[in-house]
Amino acid sequence: MIYWQIFIAFFIPGILGYGGGPASIPLVEEEVVERYGWMSTQEFGEVLALGNALPGPIATKMAGYIGYMEGGLLGAFIGLFGTIAPSLILMLGLMAILFKYKDSAEVKNISKVVKPVIAVLIGFMTLQFVIESQSALGNIQTVAIMAISYLMLERMKVHPAAVIALALAYGAVTGI
Amino acid sequence: MVKTDKIRYSNVFMAFFRSGMLGFGGGPAVIPLLQKEVVERYHWMNDDEFGDTIALSNTMPGPIATKLAGYIGYKIGGLWGLLVALAASVIPTVVLMVLLLGVLQSYKDVPWVQNMSQTVVPVVAVMLGVLTWNFVQQSQKALGWGVAIFLIVISIIVMEVLGVHPAILIAALIAVVLVPFIKRVVSK
Repeated sequence: MIYWQIFIAFFIPGILGYGGGPASIPLVEEEVVERYGWMSTQEFGEVLALGNALPGPIATKMAGYIGYMEGGLLGAFIGLFGTIAPSLILMLGLMAILFKYKDSAEVKNISKVVKPVIAVLIGFMTLQFVIESQSALGNIQTVAIMAISYLMLERMKVHPAAVIALALAYGAVTGI
Repeated sequence: MVKTDKIRYSNVFMAFFRSGMLGFGGGPAVIPLLQKEVVERYHWMNDDEFGDTIALSNTMPGPIATKLAGYIGYKIGGLWGLLVALAASVIPTVVLMVLLLGVLQSYKDVPWVQNMSQTVVPVVAVMLGVLTWNFVQQSQKALGWGVAIFLIVISIIVMEVLGVHPAILIAALIAVVLVPFIKRVVSK
């Protein structure tokens, strides 16, 4: 049942992604690409690129779009619900307890111990995208685009939306 | 709870709409913009309350922007406040996303559009690479290099070599941390 699958695909990243929406990106990829096969790695990259070029929270942009692709308007709603509701309900429900213990060492430690796991997940995803790019564009273009976008993003602090627009424009021009 | 009326709901909508539409880089980038709206413009909370709210939402998993929108919306306007704040921070960008990718999808058999979706992959790789490094640094800051590297190596072995689903590893780690805490709270 597709709606149930959509719910699960976004519920798991929503309930395990410590560190905000960006931390849930590799967990979403795990469900959407690896488990359910709704899209290829490259298509996921496309979604991620446009998601990064647009403002606002990334997790809900992905959930809304992928949910819509797989299950129409209701699918989008279920994807969003799966992303937002579990952690929000937990937070509102446990508010009194959490407020009392929010400075306790163990509660703080939860999000700390999960961070290395997220680092590994995103690291391997990075690798996957590099390999994907090598096979589609070859070594020279991959290295060149990566170097230029790194310089623009991190050294020159160019807006991510502008860098992605530039990469898309380059692809359009060289593809004609 | 603050008294609610129609004008307040439109304020709630605008506060979360503006911070959602102006924040690039995912939910965490939205926090400073939200602080401006919630604390400085509308005075729904003071700085301390806002800081507490951030700390509180960091104890829970999932996207930070929606937890903040839901919690703050609920505090100022009850269930309707919650729904208005969530809708304002989520729906506009999802609609943009569906429209933009929809256009791209309908031309995906055109060669130059295909090429566009390939040239953007290395840029995504760089963004993810930077994000990886962010999380490595956060791990190091929170745990020190020793523990951080130990957990990174364990994660690589468990997830990438043994092929265990990340959910299982994360749940196990949370359990290890949380069990002594629950024991202590219960025995009190």
